[in-house]
Amino acid sequence: MELCPLIKNILLLDSEGNRVAVKYYSDDWPTNSAKEAFEKTVFTKTQKTSARNEAEITMFDNYVVVYKFVQDLHFFVTGGENENEIILASVLQGFFDAVGLILRGTVDKREVLENLDLIFLCLDEIVDGGIVLETDANVIAGKVASHSMDDGASLSEQTITQALATARERLTRSLLA
Amino acid sequence: MAQPLVKKDDDRDDEADYSPFLGIEKGAVLQEARVFNDPQLDPRRCSQVITKLLYLLNQGETFTKVEATEVFFAVTKLFQSKDIGLRRMVYVMIKEISPSADEVVIIVTSSLMKDMTSKTDMYRANAIRVLCRITDGTLLTQIERYLKQAIVDKNPVVASAALVSGIHLLQTNPEIVKRWSNEVQEAVQSRAALVQFHALALLHQIRQNDRLAVNKLVSSLTKGSVRSPLAQCLLIRYSNQVIRESANTQAGDRPFYDFLEGCLRHKAEMVIFEAARAITEINGVTSRELTPAITVLQLFLSSSKPVLRFAAVRTLNKVAMTHPMAVTNCNIDMESLISDQNRSIATLAITTLLKTGNESSVDRLMKQITNFMSDIADEFKIVVVEAIRLLCLKFPLKHRALMNFLSNILREEGGFEYKKAIVDSIVILIRDIPEAKETGLLHLCEFIEDCEFTYLCTQILHFLGIEGPKTSDPSKYIRYIYNRVHLENATVRAAAVSTLAKFGAMVDTLKPRIFVLLRRCLFDNDDEVRDRATLYLNTLGGDGAVVQTGDDVKEFLFGSLDIPLVNLENSLKNYEPSEESFDINSVPREVKTQPLAEKKAPGKKPTDLGAPLAGPPSTADAYEKLLSSTPEFASFGKLFKSSAPVELTEAETEYAVNVVKHIFDAHAVFQYNCTNTIPEQLLENATVIVDASEAEEFAEVASKPLRSLPYDSPGQTFVAFEKPEGIPAVGKFSNMLRFIVKEVDPSTGEAEDDGVEDEYQLEDLEIVAADYMLKVGVSNFRNAWESMGADCERVDEYGLGPRESLAEAVNAVINLLGMQPCEGTEVVPKNSRSHTCLLSGVYICNVKVLVRLQFGLDGPKDVAMKLAVRSEDEAVSDAIHEIVASG
Repeated sequence: MELCPLIKNILLLDSEGNRVAVKYYSDDWPTNSAKEAFEKTVFTKTQKTSARNEAEITMFDNYVVVYKFVQDLHFFVTGGENENEIILASVLQGFFDAVGLILRGTVDKREVLENLDLIFLCLDEIVDGGIVLETDANVIAGKVASHSMDDGASLSEQTITQALATARERLTRSLLA
Repeated sequence: MAQPLVKKDDDRDDEADYSPFLGIEKGAVLQEARVFNDPQLDPRRCSQVITKLLYLLNQGETFTKVEATEVFFAVTKLFQSKDIGLRRMVYVMIKEISPSADEVVIIVTSSLMKDMTSKTDMYRANAIRVLCRITDGTLLTQIERYLKQAIVDKNPVVASAALVSGIHLLQTNPEIVKRWSNEVQEAVQSRAALVQFHALALLHQIRQNDRLAVNKLVSSLTKGSVRSPLAQCLLIRYSNQVIRESANTQAGDRPFYDFLEGCLRHKAEMVIFEAARAITEINGVTSRELTPAITVLQLFLSSSKPVLRFAAVRTLNKVAMTHPMAVTNCNIDMESLISDQNRSIATLAITTLLKTGNESSVDRLMKQITNFMSDIADEFKIVVVEAIRLLCLKFPLKHRALMNFLSNILREEGGFEYKKAIVDSIVILIRDIPEAKETGLLHLCEFIEDCEFTYLCTQILHFLGIEGPKTSDPSKYIRYIYNRVHLENATVRAAAVSTLAKFGAMVDTLKPRIFVLLRRCLFDNDDEVRDRATLYLNTLGGDGAVVQTGDDVKEFLFGSLDIPLVNLENSLKNYEPSEESFDINSVPREVKTQPLAEKKAPGKKPTDLGAPLAGPPSTADAYEKLLSSTPEFASFGKLFKSSAPVELTEAETEYAVNVVKHIFDAHAVFQYNCTNTIPEQLLENATVIVDASEAEEFAEVASKPLRSLPYDSPGQTFVAFEKPEGIPAVGKFSNMLRFIVKEVDPSTGEAEDDGVEDEYQLEDLEIVAADYMLKVGVSNFRNAWESMGADCERVDEYGLGPRESLAEAVNAVINLLGMQPCEGTEVVPKNSRSHTCLLSGVYICNVKVLVRLQFGLDGPKDVAMKLAVRSEDEAVSDAIHEIVASG
């Protein structure tokens, strides 16, 4: 009997159900078509619900899925039918908030795609092979962003300038928006 | 709350479809990946290219082996760059393409080992995770020292990385990971929450087979010092396991109950819930123990968070099955959940209420449900219907209200499954609650007046035919049934005719009227309907005289057909019109063994309203029985495998012969199934003369002739060989059927006394390596693969040449090996350029074999394959390769 809480997958889909970034940690879906079929089911089953304020939850085919939507993005975390729903929800919240922090509040599909590298890193920092690594959004976002502030490495002048430039650019954009 | 947020800036709307990956194409990205080889690396550009590669993989694109290897090599060049962001992407990329070949792994190992000892925490943590993902046993011993250090590293991220990797590695290299338990134990005391969680998970897995150690671990930790909520949840699960396993389940001195109860006051919701759930799952929990858990779950029911409400209502729903009284306190909160926005919660609430509700609350409940039913999906409705059925059986006095409810929802819109669930429920209620019968039958009658599902109509008509005549006033059903004859399709009309006949048979007063109706059916434009009407008129004596219906007629109308339909069909086909009428008693009642040719299981058929049919008996068992009951072969021991029948003759020849190869440890038996297709001949003393000159290791030891082979009645003859014990000997056999043929007079069926010896050449037969392989599946291939270990692993690559398609190549190799595909990997997705197929089997002498096949298209048609075999015996691993090499 598996006693450790396990995450089966984390999905980030757009408002039409297309894959934006996904990560599967279980062999339950061995092929890409199996994965796509699962995503389609999840999407259609949750599409009409409103999961914009609080995380919502559903259960089908022996999976528990918690989800949350923002703008044109749908976040999902799946666990086995006996998983503690609140643990799943904390992983979802960690992912959701970390993405918010990384994208500095402008969370939509376009912004996610433009920073897809950071989203992949974020997924990598939340769960490792199904086991929860971290659920605190600040820590996750910190780890993802750490490459511009890690003290152990010798940062070249140029990268700092680059980082500042991106930051400024983002700031301007959010001010103008 | 429902309205979606409007986008803040309107000017973006027209470019909503914009994506930085628009029109991305694999070939182009692979070209771009050449920048990884530049002497002057541009970290930003390299990161972008990796992101594109990851995007492609994430979208389901697959890389061929060559492409993957190339990308992998190129990515390893990026270790030269000192850019941290780029390094992070490199780590992710390596994990994503996770090369399996050892020689490839070695390339990165040194770079990763350098990172693993780096001063930068982030490097150490990530390098550990990557390295442990791609490492094997030998490499692991080299880096073990660093991993042990990392477990107690002062940086929590590094420690967690090492611990989580340890959890994964425990599956493949348990003996190594078990050596780390001192460090892991130290990490359990860590001040960092997640380190504690990961350390506890690993420590428990290391000790899970030692009950005493687990007990000790749980005892010491439950005394407090666990900070992380996740670790606390683990601890609750572990203590629950200890409770489950401890023999003395007397309430009061139950170990750890106090700990669980204390956790109900924890500040983290996940811990509170975990503890509450654990308490409800205790074996033989008393209501006093249950109460505090129910109380916290009740609080969750009114939470603003849907997840909490769902978790609570789901748990209470389960509790309601065993302790309905304990849950009744929550009924008021539960009732307010019926209108919950989240339909899963609402459905769970309803079904819980239906389980806990008392007789007096039923009516109120039904009213609430009626409002609720219209706006939920069919699948939820089915759950509710089933709950209502159970409720009705519990409170038979309430059948009127519940039956009304069912008939109301039966009239509303709904799909087949939903309608079937309702009809099934009504049928069950009619059967079990006598008072509900008449109303129930009328509801069903009304339903078939306007029912679009032929299947449901015929089932209901059949049911009416059995139950209707036993009611106080059978005549009122006739109208509904006869209406079907006017209004429905032929299938339903035929069913209606049968039902009418049943009324006629059972109710003598109705007989004259039934005859009138049946006679009208004689003019139906469908012959099945006409035939049935004619048949029933005759059996019931419709020639005017109203007679008592005889028992045999009743038996005919109401009895069940106890003959396998296949046999009946065969006998009817063979029956030739003659003076003698067809005798149903001549039909064999035995269920013939199914032809071994593997049929796809037919799509899920709707089950009958009655009992489901029993499945056909397993052929393997039948063979084993047949062979062990034959004295000649009884001494051969246990049958290892029987092949599928191999045809040795062309279709439509005089004699049809196929052969089943039975493999024993030191013997092989050929079972020749012969059929004589010439009515004018009787074959006697048929044997197969086998020439085994091309199968040197086989020596014939016995032969069992077939006494007599009359027309169209299959018989078997056997030939047995001795072969070296336990060795997968192969060979080719040529076969000749020898027999004495006698002329048969077709009019009398008598054979002449004198016969002539004759021979008939059959096709050759081969014993191949796959005959020594049993198809035995494994449930979790990866676990099995990893626990098998790489000790006897053999890996090689093969070019399969031009093939029709990837799927065809995959099938060919599966058939060649005769192994069981696992996890649906035999299915090749359309248009894929590469595919991994997992096979498992048991080779002769009971050696487990696992195979991982990786196929890739090399050029337009050429298929390349990498074959990795793991087994318990390297000779067997080699043998599998030989099968493929020679196949």
